[in-house]
Amino acid sequence: MNVASQTALDTAKPLAIAVLAMGGQGGGVLVDWIVAMCERQGWAAQSTSVPGVAQRTGATIYYIEALPLPPNAPPGLKPVLSLMAVPGEVDIVIGAEFMEAGRAIQRGLVTPDRTTLIASSHRAYAVVEKQTPGDGIGDAAIMLKAAEATAKKLVAFDMAAIGDKTGSAISAVLFGALAGADALPFPREAYEATIRAAGIGVEPSLRGFAAAYERAKAGTPLEITPPPKKIVAPRTPQGDYAALVAQAQAEFPDETQMMLAAGLQRVVDFQDNAYGREYLDLVKGILAIDRADRGYALTQAAAKYIAVAMAYDDVYRVADLKTRASRFERVRKEVGVAPDQLIYTTEFMHPRMDEVAGSLPKALGRFIESRPRLFKALDKFVNRGRRVRTGTIRWFLMLYILGGLKRFRRGTLRHANEVAHRDAWLVRVKQAAAKDYDLAVELLNNRRLVKGYSDTHARGLSKFDRVMAAANKLEGRSDAAEWVRRLRDAALKDEDGVALDGALKTVDSFLH
Amino acid sequence: MAERSFAREVRDLELGEGQEFRGEGILALTKALLQSGVAYVGGYQGSPISHLMDVLSDAQELLGKLGVQFSASASEAAAAASLSASMMYPIRGAVTFKSTVGTNVASDALANLASSGVVGGALIILGEDYGEGSSIMQERSHAFAMKSQMWLLDPRPDLPSIVKAVEDGFELSEASNTPVMLEVRVRSCHVHGSFIAKDNKRPAYTLREALENPVRDVNRIVLPPASYIQEKEKIEKRWPAAVEFIKSRKLNEFFDGDLADVGIAVQGGMYNGVIRALQRLGLADVWGKTRVPLYVMNVAYPLIDDELTQFCVGKRGVLIVEEGQPEYIEQAVNTILRRRDIPTRIFGKDVLPMAGEYTADVMLKGVRDFLSAALPSALSDASRAPNVPAIADDPRVKALTGVVPPRPPGFCVGCPERPIFAAMKLVEKELGQHHIAADIGCHLFSILPPFNIGASTMGYGLGPASAAAFNVPTDKKSISFIGDGGFWHNGLTTSIGNAVYNKHDGVIVVVDNYYASATGGQDILSSRADNATRSTKHPITKAVEGIGATWVRQVDRTYDVGKMRDTLKEALSDKEPGPKVIVASSECMLNKQRREKPLFAKAVKGGQRMVRERYGVDEDVCTGDHACIRLSGCPSLTIKHSDDPLKDDPVAAVDNGCVGCGNCGEVAEAAVLCPSFYRAEIIHNPTSFDRFMARIRGAVIGFLQRRRARHALAVS
Repeated sequence: MNVASQTALDTAKPLAIAVLAMGGQGGGVLVDWIVAMCERQGWAAQSTSVPGVAQRTGATIYYIEALPLPPNAPPGLKPVLSLMAVPGEVDIVIGAEFMEAGRAIQRGLVTPDRTTLIASSHRAYAVVEKQTPGDGIGDAAIMLKAAEATAKKLVAFDMAAIGDKTGSAISAVLFGALAGADALPFPREAYEATIRAAGIGVEPSLRGFAAAYERAKAGTPLEITPPPKKIVAPRTPQGDYAALVAQAQAEFPDETQMMLAAGLQRVVDFQDNAYGREYLDLVKGILAIDRADRGYALTQAAAKYIAVAMAYDDVYRVADLKTRASRFERVRKEVGVAPDQLIYTTEFMHPRMDEVAGSLPKALGRFIESRPRLFKALDKFVNRGRRVRTGTIRWFLMLYILGGLKRFRRGTLRHANEVAHRDAWLVRVKQAAAKDYDLAVELLNNRRLVKGYSDTHARGLSKFDRVMAAANKLEGRSDAAEWVRRLRDAALKDEDGVALDGALKTVDSFLH
Repeated sequence: MAERSFAREVRDLELGEGQEFRGEGILALTKALLQSGVAYVGGYQGSPISHLMDVLSDAQELLGKLGVQFSASASEAAAAASLSASMMYPIRGAVTFKSTVGTNVASDALANLASSGVVGGALIILGEDYGEGSSIMQERSHAFAMKSQMWLLDPRPDLPSIVKAVEDGFELSEASNTPVMLEVRVRSCHVHGSFIAKDNKRPAYTLREALENPVRDVNRIVLPPASYIQEKEKIEKRWPAAVEFIKSRKLNEFFDGDLADVGIAVQGGMYNGVIRALQRLGLADVWGKTRVPLYVMNVAYPLIDDELTQFCVGKRGVLIVEEGQPEYIEQAVNTILRRRDIPTRIFGKDVLPMAGEYTADVMLKGVRDFLSAALPSALSDASRAPNVPAIADDPRVKALTGVVPPRPPGFCVGCPERPIFAAMKLVEKELGQHHIAADIGCHLFSILPPFNIGASTMGYGLGPASAAAFNVPTDKKSISFIGDGGFWHNGLTTSIGNAVYNKHDGVIVVVDNYYASATGGQDILSSRADNATRSTKHPITKAVEGIGATWVRQVDRTYDVGKMRDTLKEALSDKEPGPKVIVASSECMLNKQRREKPLFAKAVKGGQRMVRERYGVDEDVCTGDHACIRLSGCPSLTIKHSDDPLKDDPVAAVDNGCVGCGNCGEVAEAAVLCPSFYRAEIIHNPTSFDRFMARIRGAVIGFLQRRRARHALAVS
């Protein structure tokens, strides 16, 4: 074959843009805008996507390549563009959600030599994050670190919030961030003209665009802060409560004040001032064996979890919470009710005989509980779903009266059970504290495992018991506290305790 | 009614000679059909070719004007069988479906059609669902072409090439009396580009003319001895005719390059990927200029021996780029070259992977390894060094593992299928795990968290059939699911009829959401909407009873989780032999919202009293155990960090996406979870009676609330 003279190759490279979004976020709209804008500027552009079934809430990736046509391009000249993103050769990555931007980084699409990463810092949690019995939320700080490490330029802020504020879809906000990031050689007007030409929802889109443009231009770096906790500071404590607050402030070290204030308020709100005094006494019992050189970690944990244990969730508490004015107000706000609209709420309640027996005076409750046939017969009558229309007078009164019955709570079976459980736990904590301070703190923290209602509550209790039992066996080892913490984390990983089983087996393996 | 309206796209289908068409690849294909004088189109929806069906469905007025008959076929088999209209009559027809799954279903008809041969152009457009974004098993459609001797077009992935392939395909089909398959991959279907349109053409010969002038020829029917003759004819007449046509019309393309010692023979669909790989190696540019000669096979089957010989002869090495397995083309090229005693070394699956998509990096590595072996001097030092991007090894990137969550598709907000699986999960909690056979459709999302329900999927409409062997006495019956789409596709006979006839003692749940939802909300026989061009509103229960099932239960509101659970339990405990069929019906929420939202907004605007429902969670009652989420997975039921210092874990929250389906409340109630959920009924445009009642209620309740607040301490 003849050897042709070496072909002269054009070294122009297309600009590559990858968009990672979730189904329903309008990623397609954004991509259409970018392509249309490029074409209006005399560029050739191509987009493609692999939606598959991802329109049903899954992750989707869109990919665009574009490049300017040479000035003397013959009509019909078309570049040969890639249909998929090339890792390491992407100029702009747009993540319409923070972890989707993370996915782009994982795929190698974001590289320090060329990629502008535009990421909305808001989160739409995935099912695996939401279903964890504990806290399964992916750590945004780790994601931010990865973004800062990989992006040549990072533009990250909460674009969903800007969308909400301006009434625009997130696609327009992302488009504004893209313009503000100066990653494409087009003026702001070119972007806005594209939105106008598309002709759908123009005004809100332009508002969202402008807000994001300014924010991106300003270049304020994103900061990830731990989610804020409410600081409980009673405005004007009165009467006996004021005395309790004063006592707490006087008798406890500074390190414990914040948690103590929250705990005290919770238990008094749950029952009464006397209950608050009881709380302070219990925490004081822990303070007595605490150590200043450890920053009173034991008392801090006690202040938190003794309050949680004392303010357990029973029928009276739920009825009380559901009928409060503050709750009515919160619902109005959450649901977003306009002043000219009315709102009623229906509660989904499903009491079982267990809860009813627990709410009865101790002796009566025990009497019923110890007679399975009677219990079953009564359960048949009680155990069904009840829809409670809290906004109507009849139902409100019922809940209101039920909430008022909390004054009899101290005499109930449930209360007796809770007190017994709590006391046994605290005895155990004090025993441990004498020998292993850290272990004692972890034993207090284990109370985190007890939560939920009915079966979920029972499962939580059983996990609590198993971790406490393992702690008995671990006691005396230098790493006992560490292992208890690991067991607790494992218990919070899944509902059925599969991870806990595994962790317990590991513990057993080195204990024998 | 499909979930997306294609009104704008329909306008594009009317573009005339010289006008520029801009849009998706799949719509360009549709336009190409009309430009080719097609007389009938059929098909079965499925990614990535759903839009072809949807846009035609929305374009029925235009089709009527053009004299094009359009069927929304019951299955791919029905679609393929309809091509028999081109067997004896000079009529062009096209069908489309997802492949290989659809081709599997269609292959009986296709094999018969291929044996009989055609006189009118018959085109089968295959959405080759391979690689990223695919929802099916990874196979090649190529095998179907080879086994039945149909031709397979695989055009370059740009709109002009795709459109040309349609036009060429019809002609090739007619010139060789053979049905022609045209494969387009996921990304090509969704690629946005442009081409210069031509006028639409009315069919040269119409279906009516055919019906009024019937023709038959016993030699065209697949029965011995004709079937033996047909096989010979395929090889002796149709194949050579096809080869001649492909050669003379230059359907395959040669791109010259100065590195004449090597070459790359590539399936058309892989062309852009090869160019990009060469470009990254400094051997091609963005305008398609290349230093390595290319032979682009826009016809993937049959191979043109002469062209391949011409391309390979005198070269040290040629790389065959074909995606998927087995490596049919590579094997065939080796045979061709051996027969002609040409020593060119063939590279292929030795440098490229046998299995899996040819992504950009895979392609780069394959081409580089090929050139390193065949012509090392072609590579610069820089491009010879493997460029592993160091960034992947950065500990800060590695730390993302486990932080970035997988995000598979799942049930939509308010999906009526969610409560069915919540009920199923509750039943399993009570009665233990069962063997559950799943099917194809949105309901297959049940296999993912949080439901984790379903052990197998054997194909569309085959869920209950796939449990057929489990017909033995036991206390734990098999349970199988089937969607309404799969039910009408073939499930009525293959699954239900099969179970009735064999007295299969299992439970069958038919998930009826009024549409073929997974593919985009197309109407089906049991759809409840009025459809001007199709016959709908045929109840599934009637069909099930008609085929002989006696234990049939209709659940009309799947959101009633308690009832759903009890019905399942009843079915599982029933002693009567034969299948227990539960038809669980509620409308697909995506479609319902699209239908009802504008009506609601209009009524509110018009001053009518309207009640909107949505759900919420009382965060001070929620303890953050997320049991509700494990029974729901609804996108709008989410979590948020609590600002309560006494709470460690995030609490549940319902976001503004809530459509008020009621699933979370019902689940909380049926599963006895917790009292955190509430339903808010928001009354728009309240009447004066509403206001009066609200005032009274507000006064009484407000009084009581203030009274208790006074007694409570002054906290916060």
